[in-house]
Amino acid sequence: MLLEVKDLRVEFPTRRGVLTALNGVSFSIAPGEVLGVVGESGAGKSMTGAAIIGLLEPPGRIAGGEILLEGRRIDNLPLAEMRKIRGKRIGAIFQDPLTTLNPLYTIGRQLVETMQAHLPLSDAEARQRAIGWLEQVGIPAAAQRIDAYPHQFSGGMRQRVVIALALCAEPQLIVADEPTTALDVSIQAQIIALLKRLAREQRTAIMLVTHDMGVIAETADRVAVMYAGRIIEIGPVRQVVRHAQHPYTAGLMASIPPLDRKVERLAQIDGSMPRLNAIPPGCPFSPRCPHVFERCRVSRPELMPAGATDAACWLHDQPGASA
Amino acid sequence: MVAFVISRLLQALPVLLVVALISFALFTFVGDPVAAMLSQDASAADRENLVRLLGLDQPWYVQFWKFISNAVQGEFGLSYRLSRPVSSLIAERAPATLELAFCAAAMTLCIGVPLGIFTGIYKDSWISRLLLTVSLVGVSLPIFVLGMLLILVFAVQLGWLPSFGRGETVQIGWWSSGLLTASGLKALILPAITLAVFQLTLITRLVRAEMLEVLRTDYIKFARARGLSNRSINFGHALKNTLVPVITIAGLQLGGIIAFAIVTETVFQWPGMGFLFIQSVGAADIPVMAAYLLLISLVFVVINLAVDLLYYAVDPRLRAQR
Ligand SMILES: Nc1ncnc2c1ncn2[C@@H]1O[C@H](COP(=O)(O)OP(=O)(O)OP(=O)(O)O)[C@@H](O)[C@H]1O
Ligand code: SF4
Ligand SMILES: [Mg+2]
Repeated sequence: MLLEVKDLRVEFPTRRGVLTALNGVSFSIAPGEVLGVVGESGAGKSMTGAAIIGLLEPPGRIAGGEILLEGRRIDNLPLAEMRKIRGKRIGAIFQDPLTTLNPLYTIGRQLVETMQAHLPLSDAEARQRAIGWLEQVGIPAAAQRIDAYPHQFSGGMRQRVVIALALCAEPQLIVADEPTTALDVSIQAQIIALLKRLAREQRTAIMLVTHDMGVIAETADRVAVMYAGRIIEIGPVRQVVRHAQHPYTAGLMASIPPLDRKVERLAQIDGSMPRLNAIPPGCPFSPRCPHVFERCRVSRPELMPAGATDAACWLHDQPGASA
Repeated sequence: MVAFVISRLLQALPVLLVVALISFALFTFVGDPVAAMLSQDASAADRENLVRLLGLDQPWYVQFWKFISNAVQGEFGLSYRLSRPVSSLIAERAPATLELAFCAAAMTLCIGVPLGIFTGIYKDSWISRLLLTVSLVGVSLPIFVLGMLLILVFAVQLGWLPSFGRGETVQIGWWSSGLLTASGLKALILPAITLAVFQLTLITRLVRAEMLEVLRTDYIKFARARGLSNRSINFGHALKNTLVPVITIAGLQLGGIIAFAIVTETVFQWPGMGFLFIQSVGAADIPVMAAYLLLISLVFVVINLAVDLLYYAVDPRLRAQR
C-alpha cells in the first residue's frame, strides 16, 4: 500500500469543548490508484486531505490513529521531515486556482522554486523542466508564458499551472480537494481528464475529493463516502455507484441523473447532517435513515463487509442481508 | 510609465489648489495685513495706497491667481513677525525638520517592520505578546507627554542628553546639518525617539496584522503544501505580499512624521519648520503659515507619488493595467 490511514481522529479544541471532526477514519490507497471521496458539505473530506499532508489548521490536531506512507508513519514527523514529504512525495491541488498561486511571483519562478526545494537541479535545468511541465499541462507557448504572472491566465489555465506545480517534484500521491469546483463547467472535464492522464503517466495515485458523482464514476477506481466525520461506505466505484450498500450512499446515488448528464450537487435526502457537537449515539445517519431499527440508535456500526463494498450499517451484520 | 507619473501629478493638482485656496483665505479672513503693516498714525490715504500696492482692491480671483503664481516661484512675501522673506525663513528651517524626520522614519522602518514580521510569524510566543502590550502604550501615549518624560529622565535627572535645541551644526552650502557633530547627534536622539515611537508602534501592529492576514491565504497554504522552506515562505512569499499595504501606510506615516514634527519640535524647541509654524500661529504671521501649509501638502503629494511608483514596482497586477 502507498498510503494507509488507520483509525484517524482529528479534534478541534473550542471554547465549548472538544469537537471531533474526524472519527475512526480508515482507508488505504494503492500506487497509481484514484480514490474518490464524496459526501455532504462538512462531512470531513477536506479535513482528511489536510491531515494527510500535515496541514491541519491549528487548533485542529490529530488526536489518534496513524497515517503511513509506504509503511512509514508520517503523522508525527518533525516539521522539517514533513516538509520533505510535502510536494516531493505527496502533492496537493486546491479548490480555487484564483487564490492558490502567489500573485507576485511569475509561474516559472513558482515552478522552479518547488522543484529546487526537492530535486538537485541547477537554475537552467529547473527552468527547462518548468517549460516542459507547462507544455505537459497544455499551456500554449509555454516558453514565452513561463515568465507571466498568475493574473495573466484564465482560471482554467491557472488550475493547469497548479497541477504542474503539484506534479513537478514527481510525488507518488496527489491530494486534490475539489480541483474543478471553482471552474467553469465547460472546462471541468478537461481539467479532470488532464489530471487523470498525467497521474497515469507518472503512476501517481490521487485522492480526489469532489461533489461531482459524474467525475467519480469516470475517474475513480474506488470511492469512499463520508458522513459526519466518518467513512460510511468504501468500495470499487462500480459497486458503490450501482449497488450501494449503505442507505445514505443509496440515497446519494438515487439522486443522480443518468451518467451522461452532469450533476452539480449531491443529495436530496431529507434532513441534514448532524453538527459535530450533536452527533447522535449509535448510527450517525439514524435520524434520516429510512431503514432505521432498534439497534441503530444505541450502538454504532463500524465498516463491515457488505456485498462487494464495506459499509457501516447494521443491516449488513447478518449474513445475506442487504439494504 | 511617464504617462502614469504625469496623470498622477494631474490628479494631485486639485488637492494642491484647494490647499492653496485655504492658505489664501487665511489672508482674507484672519487678521488684517494692512493694519498690521501700517503704523498707528497712518492716514486714510496711506491706507488706500497700501491697499492698492498690495493689490487688495482687485477681485479675489485676481488676487488668488497672483498668490498662486508667486507661490509657484517660491515667493510668499515677507513674514509679518520677522520682516524677512518667508522663503528664506523656511529654507533655513527645513534642514532641521528634514533631518529629524529622516532619523525618525529610519528608526520607524528599521525597527517597526522587523518587529511586525516577528510578532506576525511567532504570534503566540510570549515575546510577541509582550511587544504588543508595550506597543499599545506607544500608540496611546501622547507625543508631548512622551517627549517631556524623556526630557525628565535623560536630560534633567540623568543629564546625559540635552533637553532642547539642535547642538552644533555644520553648514554645507545652504544646508545646515546637525548630523556631523557629536553635540548635534546627541541633541537629535530624544526628539527623534519621541517622534518615532508612535509611528513605530503603529507600523509594528500594521505589519503584524498584514502578515497574519497573508499567512492565512491559500497561496501560503499551497506554498507549504509544495514543501517550500519556512524561510522562503515567511520572508519571500508572505513578506512580499504584505509590502503593498505597508508601503501605503509607511508613506502616509512619513508625511505624518513631518506634520507631527510640530509637537516634537515645540517640546524640544527644535529650530525646524514646525516650531516656526507654531511661533507664526502665535503671532498670526499669515505668510509663513500659508507657505508652511502649501509645503506640507506638496510633501504629501510627492510621497503619494513615490508610494504609487513603489506599488508599481512591487505588484505585477498594477503593471498589467497600464
Ligand atoms: N477551525 C475549525 N473549528 C471547528 N470546526 C471546524 C473547523 N474547521 C472545520 N471544522 C469542521 O470540520 C468539519 C469538516 O470540515 P471539512 O472542511 O473537512 O468538510 P468538507 O467535507 O470538506 O466539506 P465541503 O464539501 O464543504 O468542502 C466541518 O463540520 C467543519 O464545520
Ligand atoms: S445502521 Fe441503521 S440507521 Fe444506520 S444506516 Fe444502517 S440501517 Fe440506517
Ligand atoms: Mg472541503
